Amino acid sequence: MTPAVEVTNLNKRFGSVHAVNDVSFTVTENKIYGLLGRNGAGKTTLMQLLTGQDFATSGSIEVFGASPVENAAVLQRLCFIKESQRYPDNFKPRHVFATAPWFFSHWDADFAERLVDEFRLPVNRPIKKLSRGQLSAVGVIVGLASRAPLTFFDEPYLGLDAVARQIFYDRLLEDYAEHPRTVILSTHLIDEVSDLLEHVLVIDEGRIIIDEDAEELRASATTVSGLRPVVDEFVHGREVLHRAGIGGLTSVTVRGLSVSEREAAASKSLELAPVSLQQLIVRRTGSTEKEFEQSA
Amino acid sequence: MDEGRPIFVQIAEQIENDIIGGALAEESQVPSTNEFAAFYRINPATAGKGVNLLVDDGILYKKRGIGMFVAAGSRDRLVQKRRDEFQAEFVQPLLAEAEKLSISPDQLAAMITGATTITQKDRT
Repeated sequence: MTPAVEVTNLNKRFGSVHAVNDVSFTVTENKIYGLLGRNGAGKTTLMQLLTGQDFATSGSIEVFGASPVENAAVLQRLCFIKESQRYPDNFKPRHVFATAPWFFSHWDADFAERLVDEFRLPVNRPIKKLSRGQLSAVGVIVGLASRAPLTFFDEPYLGLDAVARQIFYDRLLEDYAEHPRTVILSTHLIDEVSDLLEHVLVIDEGRIIIDEDAEELRASATTVSGLRPVVDEFVHGREVLHRAGIGGLTSVTVRGLSVSEREAAASKSLELAPVSLQQLIVRRTGSTEKEFEQSA
Repeated sequence: MDEGRPIFVQIAEQIENDIIGGALAEESQVPSTNEFAAFYRINPATAGKGVNLLVDDGILYKKRGIGMFVAAGSRDRLVQKRRDEFQAEFVQPLLAEAEKLSISPDQLAAMITGATTITQKDRT
């Protein structure tokens, strides 16, 4: 099976800024991917390269087996919902939905209409007069109803309230289950979307630092806390992702523990706590270690 | 869903709970993977992994083209499995904590009996 996306040694420089730095990864068809990372990590640049909207400095990109750049056969299978999509000045949402079938062969107008109702979007109001959340709703509706084989959502929910975000997640899951396709969801609201994802790509300073199955990633770290000497002895020789301490107590996040190691920790009165996907990513993309040492 | 633990394991546990509690009777059909995914707001592949865990254990079985069903005898098997886990997950830590607080096994037994009487009173 041809992967949806295959990227090899991709680089993108803007002057002295190395926005995408020797990135290689594969996106398998019909999975929901999370493209996660901090602001300025390179998420949007990467998506612009994948959708042929910008040129790579070096490296290769194959989308459905071919380069996306100026390639209509590939581009018509893509849908890229940008954080701040621009529309013609006099456009109203209904114009956006009326023109969508020109670009998206799988467009489902009934589905779009149902979403308009759910998001309570005023379709006859000029786009320039829409609130930030309503503007985001336009993008989300296009992204869902287009049913493109490869759909990118770049921070799709700026300004959307909690209810609207939940509608987005629910409709995405439902529609994806009925019409499997590849979705790449870029966001920094990791906790909200973590359960939706099947695979996680984390980009930091232009490099892919995590490329893992979401379930495996979730089970890959544990926080061990207790008395400092006991914790230190227990974590000795392990990869430490994060360390925080106060006085004689310390808590250390380490990579995966086996069942027997968990029992060993429990018998030493160490506390074990799970690490959420968000915490894990924060710990792997932030370099701060906090120690509130007591000066003796 | 509870953070930090594999979601598919939690899905499997949830289905097990429904079988033990009687919400899913033996030989009855369980919801589809997509229904689980929509209800728990999780990726369908993850829900499928949870269901498959129970298929591998023989708790659920597939009827081709129809769906997933609860196997006969599942409830008893699950109760037995949970009792074994109860020993490891609850009784052992309880004993360890009791020892730390110098509570003797007799005192502990008395506390449990006392607590049982209270719960029973609450019920009547």
